[in-house]
Amino acid sequence: MGKIVAATGNEAVAEALRQVNPDVSSAYPITPATDIMQRFTSFVSNGKVKTEMILVESEHSAMSGCIGASAAGGRVMTATSSQGLALMWEELFIASGTRLPIVMALVNRALSAPLNIHGDHSDGMGARDCGWIQLWSENAQEAYDNTIQAFHIAEHMDIRLPAMVCLDGFIISHSIERIEYLEDDKIKNFVGEYKQLNPLLDLEHPVSYGPLILTDYYMEYRKAHDEVMSKVSKVVLDVAKDFEKISGRKYGLFETYRLDDAEIGLVILNSAAGTSKDVIDEFRSRGIKAGLLKPRLYRPFPYKEIGEALKGLKAVCVLDRADAFGGSYGPLFIDIASSLYPYKERPVLFNKIYGLGGRDYMPAHAEQVLSELVEAAKTGKVKQIKEYIGVRE
Amino acid sequence: MKLKNWKEVVPGAVVTEAGSALKFKTGSWRSSKPRWKEENCIQCLFCWIYCPDMAVKVKDGKRAEFDYDYCKGCGICALECPGKKGQKAIVMEEEGK
Ligand code: SF4
Ligand code: SF4
Repeated sequence: MGKIVAATGNEAVAEALRQVNPDVSSAYPITPATDIMQRFTSFVSNGKVKTEMILVESEHSAMSGCIGASAAGGRVMTATSSQGLALMWEELFIASGTRLPIVMALVNRALSAPLNIHGDHSDGMGARDCGWIQLWSENAQEAYDNTIQAFHIAEHMDIRLPAMVCLDGFIISHSIERIEYLEDDKIKNFVGEYKQLNPLLDLEHPVSYGPLILTDYYMEYRKAHDEVMSKVSKVVLDVAKDFEKISGRKYGLFETYRLDDAEIGLVILNSAAGTSKDVIDEFRSRGIKAGLLKPRLYRPFPYKEIGEALKGLKAVCVLDRADAFGGSYGPLFIDIASSLYPYKERPVLFNKIYGLGGRDYMPAHAEQVLSELVEAAKTGKVKQIKEYIGVRE
Repeated sequence: MKLKNWKEVVPGAVVTEAGSALKFKTGSWRSSKPRWKEENCIQCLFCWIYCPDMAVKVKDGKRAEFDYDYCKGCGICALECPGKKGQKAIVMEEEGK
């Protein structure tokens, strides 16, 4: 039995990182992720971990340090938010294209301008197609559990890709919740000994990283990356099974809540899913068949599995805590619409943009959306495909 | 050389074979070509030191011919070459002329 504590999301992630005890970390502070690395550097200073801590001058350097250390043959992690992730953008592709299993906690925060430090998914969504694995977390427990599993997934010999663990800035990162920590030795056994692949420091087998690949080979490497992305779902499920054995907690590619016989459904990421579930219970108690789907593995997106789970509903609303500024819909909506496209019979679909820059998502918002879904299910019509909610008109 | 398919490439484009840069004949990029005028050469070997592509060969301690398989035609050797009495021992000439 582990330890039950009251802790913030950041504290929980830092604790997971202490238990994993990576070889190297290279990091730069940014609100609201600062707290993770601040706690972790205390572990380093107090000899609680054997991690080599590299304190750098920017996030671009933080990710560069991670890339170098990972190529050298170490188990590596870092944490960031918002502008920090944006500054890493170039390096994110280098980490994934070089197939380095770096793990990064991303405490989701809005992007500038206007400058805002609060919870919003714009940062993670902006980096959704950079070749990393993304696991999203509803609460501190999930952030802790996902961080531990992320190492196992990223480092799997069939995968070898970097992984991001997303949790909502402030709402989760700085709020105290009940959380269950597993024992140190269980985590140690779970993540196991780090297996290197072509490490730079293996002087018996010298290798070079980062070669120039021109027209004759670039496509072959991209196709190989695409192929490896298609194997991630299976590994995520296998790792989840192993994790259930040590924790008793079940994880899948996504979570469904009262969805099996549902006629209307919400699709929503991270912390706002918790609020929505309460409101769904209330609708259920009134005899309305409402349910929810919360993606966990967001990249690679399990299009087929999610399409199967939603195709039988009458109406679905996708709630996005980020806009995509593509002249179209929120990023999650675009993915859900793609997942449903192959089916002839599919729910009517609409999109709400909510909670930007940390704007509160209240039960009343979920009620408003669910009521609209009841109407849409009845009429088969949508009044407006995309709409901002909780915004002053 | 038969090109590998996407299933055969090393993950992450890691080069696992030492010295494989030899197979990459960068000389094909050249648009101008250095020519050695031996009569003006004082054997200082500046060209050998400065060449970023190891394309100036040395044999028995003496300046030898360019290795045009790898010389990219950057002109550094020609610039640095002191030559003899104001006469350069390396001159750059346009390729294909
Ligand atoms: S032109 Fe440049 S690459 Fe060619 S031999 Fe001279 S210095 Fe080397
Ligand atoms: S730099 Fe000029 S003079 Fe000196 S060795 Fe080379 S060619 Fe000869």
